[in-house]
Amino acid sequence: MVDVDPNARKDWISTLAKAAPARLAGLIGALPAHDLLRPAEVGAVMVRGRIGGTGAPFNLGEMSVTRCSVRLVDGTVGHAWVQGRDKDHALRAAVVDALMQTRDAQDIQARVIAPLAEEALRTRAARAEKAAATKVEFFTMVRGEDL
Amino acid sequence: MYVAVKGGERAIDNAHAWLAEERRGDTAIPELTVAQIRSQMALAVNRVMAEGSLFDPDLAALAIKQARGDLIEAVFLIRAYRTTLPRLGASNPVDTGAMQPDRRISATFKDLPGGQVLGPTFDYTHRLLDFALMAGGATRTSPQRQEEAPPSPLAGEGRGGGVPQPVPHVTEILNRDGLIEALAASDATPPDLTREPMELPADRALRLQALARGDEGFVLSMAYSTQRGYGRTHAFVGELRIGRVAVEVDIPELGFAVEIGEIEVTECETVNQFKGSKTEPPQFTRGYGLVLGQSERKAISMSLVDRALRWKELGEDNIGAPAQDEEFVLMHCDNIQATGFLEHIKLPHYVDFQAELELVRRLRAEATALREAAE
Amino acid sequence: MTANALTGGFGAPSIDSARAFRQILEAMARPGTIRQVAGAAPPAPLSVAAGAVLLTLVDPTTKLHLAGAADCTPVRDWVAFHLGAPLAPAEEADFALGTWEALQPVTRFRIGQPDYPDRAATLIVEVDRLVNHGPALAGPGIELVTWLNLPETAAFRANRALYPLGFDTILTSGDRLAGLPRSTRVEKL
Repeated sequence: MVDVDPNARKDWISTLAKAAPARLAGLIGALPAHDLLRPAEVGAVMVRGRIGGTGAPFNLGEMSVTRCSVRLVDGTVGHAWVQGRDKDHALRAAVVDALMQTRDAQDIQARVIAPLAEEALRTRAARAEKAAATKVEFFTMVRGEDL
Repeated sequence: MYVAVKGGERAIDNAHAWLAEERRGDTAIPELTVAQIRSQMALAVNRVMAEGSLFDPDLAALAIKQARGDLIEAVFLIRAYRTTLPRLGASNPVDTGAMQPDRRISATFKDLPGGQVLGPTFDYTHRLLDFALMAGGATRTSPQRQEEAPPSPLAGEGRGGGVPQPVPHVTEILNRDGLIEALAASDATPPDLTREPMELPADRALRLQALARGDEGFVLSMAYSTQRGYGRTHAFVGELRIGRVAVEVDIPELGFAVEIGEIEVTECETVNQFKGSKTEPPQFTRGYGLVLGQSERKAISMSLVDRALRWKELGEDNIGAPAQDEEFVLMHCDNIQATGFLEHIKLPHYVDFQAELELVRRLRAEATALREAAE
Repeated sequence: MTANALTGGFGAPSIDSARAFRQILEAMARPGTIRQVAGAAPPAPLSVAAGAVLLTLVDPTTKLHLAGAADCTPVRDWVAFHLGAPLAPAEEADFALGTWEALQPVTRFRIGQPDYPDRAATLIVEVDRLVNHGPALAGPGIELVTWLNLPETAAFRANRALYPLGFDTILTSGDRLAGLPRSTRVEKL
């Protein structure tokens, strides 16, 4: 195990959670040996919003979530909480979280996390470009009296 | 009175088999896949997610397929499924201000910071049937931003400009000038009607939860009734935005919060004219709608009904309009409760009806006896 | 969070919790009968049975009160990982866990309201042993009479007097548990 920056960990866990399951599976390939501390479990998280966008919280509705916790042979523990009901995806994300805390971190970062993060950014940017193409200027016409 | 009935097992089995056959329809036509429904019937999927109160597009699409397109039946399937899921926790409130909007419009300010973004809207279509879709014609693809268009504050610097910038809420503009009611921020744990039965009077958080999962048609009609004068609230759409927001959850085993996914939501903030009351100064007031998925009719309706239900806290008069009646709105907006109670009357009630029959026969006999005695 | 906090949950959550739930259900339906549960390995001082009850009944939507020695860092961490339940003062708790002495005074716990009697606490009481010997129990779920070595009788008699309000009790010892719902009449000793 190596020292881990919690902010960096927050980022990679989130990148893994949002990744398309098939894409993560393709990038990571075969998983190293591991124990299951908590087998992948499908459940729901209640998503909250805020009244008026910024006020007191209220319950908007649930989303399906799968979580999983593993331990590698060297004792490193990895956790995953991912949107949806894909148990294999949660397991892979937990194993990758653990690997990111080992000496393999640099390799995994380059081979798995970086491509996922870059693809997510590209998808967002492409969507923003489509939205930008529908941006309008409304002109109000003056009605009635002369100015 | 409820009495169990026995029998009919084979008939029920055969009915279900026929149902499956009818669901499949003509086998000469290719079967719909769940993925096709999810991506091509997306607004139906969104409605099932919103009213089923579970964000999971695959499951909603499956429910629509299984329900043969009956959306309320599909919502029922989702509601039944979600009860089997353990509740793993609650998210931190989603930050709609940080949303990357696909669509963002305001009916109150034309030149708002961040601009008006139409997104993939039905507005300005002519509502003419497009027979090209029936003929399987080619699909138009959306263009990227034009070079000559003004630079978009949505997307960083220049073309293809990386991380999109968040756009501020329109009501913040009014808030800065103190012209709109202030919102009390808090981190109080909101009531949850899926865990505790709804108790009235309900606070605003509980009302919004009920409306967010309420039937679109019911909430729409209630909202429309306020526009026609039954509890008028003089609403303008201050802002309507549709897009994806990150869902962040505190993970106990990590000791910090992480974004575990993204969901699409529709948010509507209405700005309502308000002349002031015994307790409040003249100012603009707010109605709020937030719905899972892309569902702007529902979000606008929700914010109108939310505002109408706030008459008491704003010191307004109750004119007896249905949309002001919390009990009426909240107890009747859930289509699964409604359809469950409504449809149960078609199930066997033989014993009740036998009792009714006997009662009516006795009353008729008594009436006849009385008439004969009088003659 | 210590590594030990991450172990000791159910290995097959849906099957193990269904089995444990059945035993808890039987225990509450037939007060005084002693049942066996398995699959949990919580940190000390919790018993296997207390761990199984927590894993089966407690989740992020139920408030848990840890009393006395049970309120220690290893247990708190284990609760956070496996249950996600918010810890709460006795007066607000849906579930409370501790020895009978640590849970005193039990009049602190929620007993429900006349329109919602279900909004009452369930006490998980760790005891040294469980035997069908001691004060007599009678009432719903008991054919004639049964006996159980309760830590005391006065508090349970007072609780029975509140019926249909009152707290419910699950007694745990090692891998065994017994139920004492609020409906059970306890012999005066």
